Amino acid sequence: MRVKLSAMRVRNELVRRIEELSGQDLLACYQCGKCSAGCPAAFAMDLLPSQVIRLVQLGLVEEVLNAKTPWFCAACQTCYARCPKGVDLSRIMEAIREIALQERGDYLVIEEIPAEELAEFPQLAFISGFRKYTA
Amino acid sequence: MRIAYFPGCTLNTTAKGFDNALRASFAALGAELVELPEWNCCGATFPLLVDNMLDLAAPTRVLLAAQEQGDRLAVACTMCYNVIRRTNNRLRADADALEKLNYFIEAEYRGGVEVLDVLQILRDDVGFEAVQAAVKQPLTGLKVAAYYGCMVLRPPAEVAYDDPENPHALDDLLRALGAEPVEWPHKAECCGAYLAVKSKEATAEMSYRILSSAQRTGAQAVVTNCPLCQFNLDRQQLDMGRRHGGYQPVPVLYFSQLLGVALGLDMADFGWERHYVDVRPLLESLG
Amino acid sequence: MAIAPIQRVLIIGAGIAGMQAALDIANAGYEVVLVEREPSIGGRMAQLSETFPTLDCAQCILTPRTVEVGHHENIRLQTYSTVEAVEGELGDFRVRIRRRAAYVNWDVCTGCGLCQEKCPKKVVSDFERGIGPRKAIYTLSPQAVPNKPVIDREHCIYFERGKCRACEKFCPAGAIDFEQEDALIEERVGAIIVATGYDLYPLSLLGEYGYGEVPDVIDSLAFERLLSASGPTAGQVRRPSDGKEPKEVVFIQCAGSRDPEQHKPYCSKICCMYTAKHAMLYKHKVHDGQAYVFYIDIRSAGKRYEEFVQRAMEEERVLYVRGKVSRVFREDGKVMVWGTDTLSGQSVEVAADLVVLAPAMVPKAGSDVVAELLGLPVDEHGWFTAVEANLQPVETGREGVFLAGAAVGPMDIPETVAQASGAAAKVLSLFARWAGKNEWLNKHETSNNASARWQEDVV
Repeated sequence: MRVKLSAMRVRNELVRRIEELSGQDLLACYQCGKCSAGCPAAFAMDLLPSQVIRLVQLGLVEEVLNAKTPWFCAACQTCYARCPKGVDLSRIMEAIREIALQERGDYLVIEEIPAEELAEFPQLAFISGFRKYTA
Repeated sequence: MRIAYFPGCTLNTTAKGFDNALRASFAALGAELVELPEWNCCGATFPLLVDNMLDLAAPTRVLLAAQEQGDRLAVACTMCYNVIRRTNNRLRADADALEKLNYFIEAEYRGGVEVLDVLQILRDDVGFEAVQAAVKQPLTGLKVAAYYGCMVLRPPAEVAYDDPENPHALDDLLRALGAEPVEWPHKAECCGAYLAVKSKEATAEMSYRILSSAQRTGAQAVVTNCPLCQFNLDRQQLDMGRRHGGYQPVPVLYFSQLLGVALGLDMADFGWERHYVDVRPLLESLG
Repeated sequence: MAIAPIQRVLIIGAGIAGMQAALDIANAGYEVVLVEREPSIGGRMAQLSETFPTLDCAQCILTPRTVEVGHHENIRLQTYSTVEAVEGELGDFRVRIRRRAAYVNWDVCTGCGLCQEKCPKKVVSDFERGIGPRKAIYTLSPQAVPNKPVIDREHCIYFERGKCRACEKFCPAGAIDFEQEDALIEERVGAIIVATGYDLYPLSLLGEYGYGEVPDVIDSLAFERLLSASGPTAGQVRRPSDGKEPKEVVFIQCAGSRDPEQHKPYCSKICCMYTAKHAMLYKHKVHDGQAYVFYIDIRSAGKRYEEFVQRAMEEERVLYVRGKVSRVFREDGKVMVWGTDTLSGQSVEVAADLVVLAPAMVPKAGSDVVAELLGLPVDEHGWFTAVEANLQPVETGREGVFLAGAAVGPMDIPETVAQASGAAAKVLSLFARWAGKNEWLNKHETSNNASARWQEDVV
């Protein structure tokens, strides 16, 4: 499918919300790919981290909301620490998660976690997990 | 030296051994960690949305509690350190945010507290030379891989007190204890953190990459300062042999445990029983 | 032959390269014969709106130079002229110049412009790249140096039908001369600089981009004219088809460049920068407009160039799309652009109001004739070749003949000016040696061995 690019699409409401929520300038990213190159979770992602920014730059937010990648970002900040343009991608991922959580509901449901895991996880795993995966 | 201390929820429960060993070691070194009389959970992760002020309230309350005790706060859990330190940075840089949060928590935090990681205090206040001088049972011959995780390194401008790409504070401490830290490339790679609660396979793979790298250097133990890293790396090893044939588990310790051992302290309450990979053979080898 | 070598220089081409070399040599006290094919000087730079990366107004920084050249007592300006023959050798070249009939006696013309106002015949202007008109009697621009018109015989009603003579009727100076003929001028010079410049690759050869078929597909020089305050729209960005302000503009780089199979294998070097400039200036003029730049790679290897491109992306919100456009066509009043974004792996489509192509640079039409006249080698694309590309970039295999500017290959203005000054320095070095006043020069062998030998042999 040929994607239609237009001013309306590249500046759509969701793009603006992602910019607002994350405080990041999406067009500052010039797609060098260093974030993807260093991401320790990239192997588990369906879109490379740099492709997430790229799709948002093109206004294709739905594709990003449908992707697994934002849920596999552990906010380790390796990308941001090395980004040549100072783009904090972990903030962009958080903004995407936030929109997805608000529109589509929680990603993590406590009842679905097996009891034995509930018993052994340290608190901070739960707390941070719920911070990232629930609205 | 006395310094206000925030252990955080995890050090109060699953990582109690980290906490016990840390307090005992500090005391032995003449530095007293004085737990805040009242404290709450910091929230575990720093909120990354610009307008998420609500999640800053909890760490601001911690800072407020610290302010009552003085101008420095020692934090042991690296995740708590990251959250509280970054919150503090934000409040110091953003007067508007400070005002809002003070209004919200009905108090007046003034932004004057210095948030420090306990390893940083050991390095800069106690001094690794003093630590070395206090060692009673040197960890001679023990090859260890110092593992820093993310939280005391990134984002560098906000939290790092060490070289963010090639940290060495923990290596230096372990060397002071008589151990032999190995050079390895994965000391600051992410273990997966909270991904564990949703994506076990991803965390397992991330842990495997880190642990196998450590083992290729001949390390007998991985030593860390982060309770979530410790859990992930330790726990994931139970199933690692299934995925990666021939995998031999390696103990994952807190640096405070080895510090206490080297200082010759009573290590009965260091939480050894909570480890998934048996640490007894290692401890026996140390005598 | 016991004659002294001639301390005069011929410069072919009066664009910024030829002008710079001419001024350097003239200001050193030597005579320059500056030949230009067009009616006035300034070359490509006179067509530009702003220059990268400083966004200086091109006309504003160029005009003082053109005026200086026009008035310089050491510069003999021969516009509307071509070199027809060159004989002789280093130190004594005999040059025949043909000055085309302008049908205007420039000696009496005051440059008042009334003839152009009154001329009833409108012609599509080459200088305006086809998006603006001129008259059959015309100057290239109001700032032309010399500010004297020529009659385009091909389009003049009088020459066509034997009637009209409006210009003659209104000329207060009586300067119109329909009987004027080409003039042949002989000049003798000791050295020659070739500064013939470049053209743009004919876009008719890229059928997939619709140039010539779709009125709102224009080339980069036409966009310069659209942006230029002295251009046909007085600097307003209006699309050719209906004069509307375009809200979505697509810029396509590498139109013919880096295409060894179909077009030109080389990088044209300036397009990345001027396209960033175009997109930036477009956004300055149309605040709510959206600019897209389709590129293969971005080449911005000059001082402050990369920062300039990043400014276009970041501050001017220009959307760069990595991928070559495959096809441009007209549909429902829009210019449809089919491209791809290799970064995300998506094929994309833009319904644009205007498409601006960045064609490959090619040698100026007629530079092959100059090469032949001078016996200079050119490469497979027609660019003049230096005798040694690394250490002698402005010298040719023929002694006393030098190169300046984009006659050698794609080059931007700063590089062109530097090369021109380099060529001028080579000529001045010869002249200084020929003056023979410098004891040091007479005692030492230098890298100008050729000129030293010439002096011994000839003088």
